[in-house]
Amino acid sequence: MNFALRALLEVQETTLLAVRAAGRLFRRPSYVPEMISQMDVIGVGSLTIILLTGFFTGGVLALQTYPTLKYYGAQDQTGRLVATALVRELGPVLSGLMVAGRVASAIAAELGSMVVSQQIDAMRALGTDPVRKLVAPRLVALLITLPLLTLIADAIGIGGGWVVSTQFFDIGSGSFMAAVWDGLTTDDIIGGFVKTAAFALIIGTVACHKGLNTEGGTVGVGRSTTSAVVATSILIIVADYFITRGLQLIFGLPAG
Amino acid sequence: MSTADVEEREQEGGAARGGVSTAAAESTFHEVDDRERITPAIEFQDVTLAFDDRVILDNLSFKVNKGETKIILGGSGGGKSTTIKLILGLLKPDAGRVLVDGEDITDYTEAQMMSVRKKMGMVFQEGALFDSLSVYDNVAYRLHEQNVPEDEVEQEVRRMLRFVNLEDAIDKMPIELSGGMRRRVGIARALVGGPKIVMFDEPTAGLDPPTARTICELAIKLRDLEDVSSIFVTHEMNNVKYLTSEYAVVNDDGEIVFEEEGQRLCLTNTKVLMLRGGKIIFEGTDESLHKNQDAYIQRFIRGH
Ligand SMILES: Nc1ncnc2c1ncn2[C@@H]1O[C@H](COP(=O)(O)OP(=O)(O)OP(=O)(O)O)[C@@H](O)[C@H]1O
Ligand SMILES: [Mg+2]
Repeated sequence: MNFALRALLEVQETTLLAVRAAGRLFRRPSYVPEMISQMDVIGVGSLTIILLTGFFTGGVLALQTYPTLKYYGAQDQTGRLVATALVRELGPVLSGLMVAGRVASAIAAELGSMVVSQQIDAMRALGTDPVRKLVAPRLVALLITLPLLTLIADAIGIGGGWVVSTQFFDIGSGSFMAAVWDGLTTDDIIGGFVKTAAFALIIGTVACHKGLNTEGGTVGVGRSTTSAVVATSILIIVADYFITRGLQLIFGLPAG
Repeated sequence: MSTADVEEREQEGGAARGGVSTAAAESTFHEVDDRERITPAIEFQDVTLAFDDRVILDNLSFKVNKGETKIILGGSGGGKSTTIKLILGLLKPDAGRVLVDGEDITDYTEAQMMSVRKKMGMVFQEGALFDSLSVYDNVAYRLHEQNVPEDEVEQEVRRMLRFVNLEDAIDKMPIELSGGMRRRVGIARALVGGPKIVMFDEPTAGLDPPTARTICELAIKLRDLEDVSSIFVTHEMNNVKYLTSEYAVVNDDGEIVFEEEGQRLCLTNTKVLMLRGGKIIFEGTDESLHKNQDAYIQRFIRGH
């Protein structure tokens, strides 16, 4: 009961933070340089892990599905399976989780240490709204970069699947790619963007909320960081299920 | 002055504001100017604040008049930093009112507070420098936020850093500075933009005597030459002595010099306030502080 209440309260506060950040986005002075530097930190900084994750996930998908498909004599559909699995599910979720691990922790730690060293108080005392200066740029940066990172992960993942399929299995390059294009629909692409946008929002607001509400010195910073990663990861996985379900209700069940 | 002071304090609470405004209406000279001057820069009316169950400030009422320096003394954990945070609206009281320049800021939203904070400068106890920004950018922070042209910013930053004797450190990062240097950067940052109300939270703690003296001189200059109202929290009795017995004047050569009280005039714009257990146990001039017979106060002054 107590736990449920606390959780509800956190959800409410986190939502409120997102609303406040959105509401203040367009007021002057706008923090465009902060936004750009955050996009650099979050986007460019996460590129390596996204490339690695995407490539090997695509590769392992091909490794795992080829034998089963071959059993049914449908091994030329490997590309289709790799592509749909990546674009619909694994691309968004894995990118979300990787970025959650890397960025949510960094945001919570940075804002948390700013709280405990009174830098947030100093900022407010100097007439700056921390929500606008710190939260909004991070949210915008995530909303722009996470979909792009996911797109890259999808593409590299399909590349990984292609490498495995053509090098280790007897699938031709042309038939692999044909199956990929055959399998993907615009609905899949739209669904992927909806998911990544939601994940970006989750990562940004939860991490900033945890960071800004840090209490209890440096130990508190550690606590905020951990709980930011745990909370965002779980929320991403849960949200993924509900978004998938929602998309299926809107677009209808995918054909294949 | 001291009798007026007592009367003023007797009127405090609900009747204070009425009393002040009739006084202003009766005065025939510079009526508008007087009313403007007579509005306290900072006023606490029965402010109470508790963290969880612990009462930190208990029905606190005091005023800081325009151009006045209020020295706040009190033991560690006595609620001095908390008092300052209330003035900046970083904390909100549980009960009572906080007024800045006659404006009741108690129920102000964060957005409303922003304009009030523009006229205030705050020197944090721990410096609270932005450690991702260089000394230059720290000091320039307020100006950058207001989109002031960069050449003006640079001029002002250099002037302020010269003021605190740290021009050499301009390109350093806060992590490279000593504690005392950080404190002085914090002072420079707070004073950029010429705020009319300045709060110093133990600005001299842990500094060597000459540097501490420089910071006191800074506060004296702000008080006497810039007409700044300030709150000066400190533990050091020699700071109290400097602030209550010296004043800054510009001599015939245009230099700023410090003179001892009594040579030409007597200081009336610096008062001492002592907090203990969330209550004011002393308020008045430093002479009356030294004459006070209270055992705790005597121990506080003499250190034993
Ligand atoms: N955020 C907070 N949560 C809970 N208690 C707090 C908080 N901030 C301050 N306190 C408590 O309030 C009391 C007053 O703190 P404050 O910082 O105002 O003391 P101070 O007079 O400035 O002391 P010092 O001279 O050591 O700086 C302390 O007992 C402190 O433990
Ligand atoms: Mg303090």
